[in-house]
Amino acid sequence: MSATASGLANAFGILVVLVGLGAGLTWIERRLLGLWQDRYGPNRVGPAGVLQVVADMVKILFKEDWVPPFADRAAFVLAPAIAMTALLLAFAVVPVAPGIGVTDLDGIGLPFALAMIALSVYSTVLAGWASNNKYSLLGGLRAAAQMLSYEVFLGLSVMGVVMQAGSFDLRAIVAAQRGLWYAAPQCVGFLLFLLAGMAGIHRLPFDLPEAESELVAGYHVEYSGMKFGMFFVGEYIGIVLVAALAVTLFLGGWLGPALPPLLWFLIKLAVLIGLVILMRAALPRPRYDQLMAFGWKAMLPLALLNLTATGAILLAGR
Amino acid sequence: MAAAFIISAIVAALATLRVITASRAVHALLYLVVSLLAVAVVFYTLGAPFAAALEALVYAGAIMVLFIFVVMMMNLGEPAARRERQWMAPRTWAGPAVLALALLAELLALLWRATGPASGGEVGPGAVGALLFGPYLLAVELASLLLLAALVTAHHLGRSAGKEPDR
Repeated sequence: MSATASGLANAFGILVVLVGLGAGLTWIERRLLGLWQDRYGPNRVGPAGVLQVVADMVKILFKEDWVPPFADRAAFVLAPAIAMTALLLAFAVVPVAPGIGVTDLDGIGLPFALAMIALSVYSTVLAGWASNNKYSLLGGLRAAAQMLSYEVFLGLSVMGVVMQAGSFDLRAIVAAQRGLWYAAPQCVGFLLFLLAGMAGIHRLPFDLPEAESELVAGYHVEYSGMKFGMFFVGEYIGIVLVAALAVTLFLGGWLGPALPPLLWFLIKLAVLIGLVILMRAALPRPRYDQLMAFGWKAMLPLALLNLTATGAILLAGR
Repeated sequence: MAAAFIISAIVAALATLRVITASRAVHALLYLVVSLLAVAVVFYTLGAPFAAALEALVYAGAIMVLFIFVVMMMNLGEPAARRERQWMAPRTWAGPAVLALALLAELLALLWRATGPASGGEVGPGAVGALLFGPYLLAVELASLLLLAALVTAHHLGRSAGKEPDR
């Protein structure tokens, strides 16, 4: 197979698996939440409820595609598209296994992925603004402020890894973890990255932009049908993205004994996704000012300390 | 690579034109985001991948979000858009446009005579860092001083209202 053909096969394969995973996770999450909350969850359609995804899809596709007359039409349509594309684009640089992955982008894979996560906030902000609805606007404002705050630690938390590996190239970072996963020396960075990643894709406990208890549904109040579906699937793709980046940066990527590399990557990915869902099942939603204070007063100093300590130790070991 | 450069340069120019002519502030900012992303692609095609990533991450991903945040908080409605359209009358922009065109002609004439790209080769993250903390150290430190001043100012303006005397 020629280089172009294998590249295309890679790109399409990863795209199809991701969208499928995003849709499948809607069912997996509800079953897991049911398990942890001592109830069943969707278990009626197909074996163990697997076909619930198909039922949801059919329902959501046949709903009326409704744009409110008071909305800003262009931005209203653009927002759900950004929600999916920005996060899908970030996967272009995630190295799944040797030979599987779209590109390494001249060794700037990590900043590219961070930039795409940063751009994904436009989906929430635009949806909130374009809906011309007070609840949506508040949700959009919260999303913008939250993203700006937590993006700082998202970037700072991975810089320790970059210092240790000496590269922004994700494949080089995985290769540098052959002896020891960075989750061990960079345990603070790992925790900060997970928390900041959750905030970046606004998952509970950081889902203040769509807090149902106060903002109805926040930025997507006015959305229905497949446009809402794109926000929904986009959120799950975000979970997979943050988990995949955490696996690559801190858990040794595809490295592992005995089993094939692809399987190792998927096992680590599944464990982290499970952890993310468990966080939703276990944690309450904080108040908005608590969220901001936690970010700036606890996470920022910790990230800076971690960075300084890593730099000092690396310099001393030279 | 040359085609990618030309396309993204044209996109950047057109988007920037729309930044000026759009009558709604949020639309103008969105065009500015597109323009910044196009400039990032231009950087990439010119062999500066790290600068391209930073352009997308810092300008398009963070600073523009801040702009949009402020515009959304003010929640300008239809009246603001109407006022903006009034300001776009030819008599407002004709004078500056003629002057700018003269500058553009001059620029094009100079570009026509220039030979080849100023720099070849790829500038990776390591080279950028070495430059920032080598020859440009003073500029970096001055920028950090400026940011510190901004931080202190913001803290002063945003200090808790509870400590102020009763009105």
